[in-house]
Amino acid sequence: MAAPVAFQLLHANTTYVNARFVKVFTKYVEIGRVAFIAHGKDSGKLCVIIDIVDQNRALVDGPCTGVLRQALNFKRLHLTPFKIKIPHSVKTKIVRKKFDEGEILKKWQETTWAKKIEIKKKRAALSDFDRFKLMRAKQARGRIIRTQVNKLKKEAAKK
Amino acid sequence: MADEKKKKAHSCRNKLLTGGVSRYGRSAMYERTATYKKKWTVVKKEKVKTPAFVEKQIGGDKNGGKRLVRVKRSPRYYPTDELPPRKRSRKKPFCEHKRNLRATITPGTVLILVAGRYKGKRVVFLKQLASGLLLVTGPMKVNGVPMRRINQIYCIASKTKVDISKVELPDRLTDEYFKKKKLRKPKHQEGEIFDEAKEEYTVSDERKEDQLKVDRQLLPIVKAVPHMKGYLQSPFFLSTKQYPHEMAF
Repeated sequence: MAAPVAFQLLHANTTYVNARFVKVFTKYVEIGRVAFIAHGKDSGKLCVIIDIVDQNRALVDGPCTGVLRQALNFKRLHLTPFKIKIPHSVKTKIVRKKFDEGEILKKWQETTWAKKIEIKKKRAALSDFDRFKLMRAKQARGRIIRTQVNKLKKEAAKK
Repeated sequence: MADEKKKKAHSCRNKLLTGGVSRYGRSAMYERTATYKKKWTVVKKEKVKTPAFVEKQIGGDKNGGKRLVRVKRSPRYYPTDELPPRKRSRKKPFCEHKRNLRATITPGTVLILVAGRYKGKRVVFLKQLASGLLLVTGPMKVNGVPMRRINQIYCIASKTKVDISKVELPDRLTDEYFKKKKLRKPKHQEGEIFDEAKEEYTVSDERKEDQLKVDRQLLPIVKAVPHMKGYLQSPFFLSTKQYPHEMAF
């Protein structure tokens, strides 16, 4: 009777998916969590959660990304997979030091999330001429791919 | 006067306050500009005296051969009543209107025509005419748009520009040149009710000549920029999820 036993062993925050125990939440709001500000004046910037004010707000600081130390609502923050080790309510100087040591910005630029944001920005800034050139480039690429696929199909059909 | 020209001119010593009043009155300004120091050299202009009468020769017999004719003719009508002076209207006629041009539209800009016979075409902007309308050309060989006038409100100015500085436009390209000519309707004959053979519009040789002249200069410039010819050839369209207010042109 393996199944009932497995269910009893369920921990908090885990579910059983595809024959595996999977954690439901992996990124937590905690001191040192690097967050992405999604709305407001500083939208698009990274910040570090320094302290929790109450149920809705966190004290946040982003000396390396131009975010002033302030209280932000959690609803504005999207948690990133990055964390730095700081005690609560540290000085901005220490936050800057730990942020640079952890190379958070560099790691952030390498994530797909940050890359997608960049792509969106580039697409929005394309001029009409750029859009035309993009269309032609896509057509040319498609043409190359299609000719190769058709070639392979033909060879496969012959066999 | 000569002193002023030698030194750099001083900025205005007076200031205009709200209400159209100057900060300093006449006497204060006299002192500030040191008008008492200025030496006024008056150059007497020689008055050219024009004769009041001119001798004119007359042909024919027994007329005296010549007459003294006034140079300035005396008026043929003297009004009996003095009319009230006409107020100067601030309404200007169309020819005196101030013409604006969007800052994004400069000679050589590629414009997207959004209305009219050539809507959807991408054309090259040549210059703004005196009436304020924009002179554009396809070039004709590229997309079939001839040299034409359009209003800037029917154009989207793209960021793409072509270098037109070396292109010489013929002088005769004015608003008169492009104005629509009224085609003569044939006069009604007795008994004929319907219009027969209306005069059709034909392109004048002038237009063809000028079009060639301008296009010949433009085509090598267009061909020099990669993809530009294809860009001008293809029409502009919006597809799904493309919202003009969110796009950059």
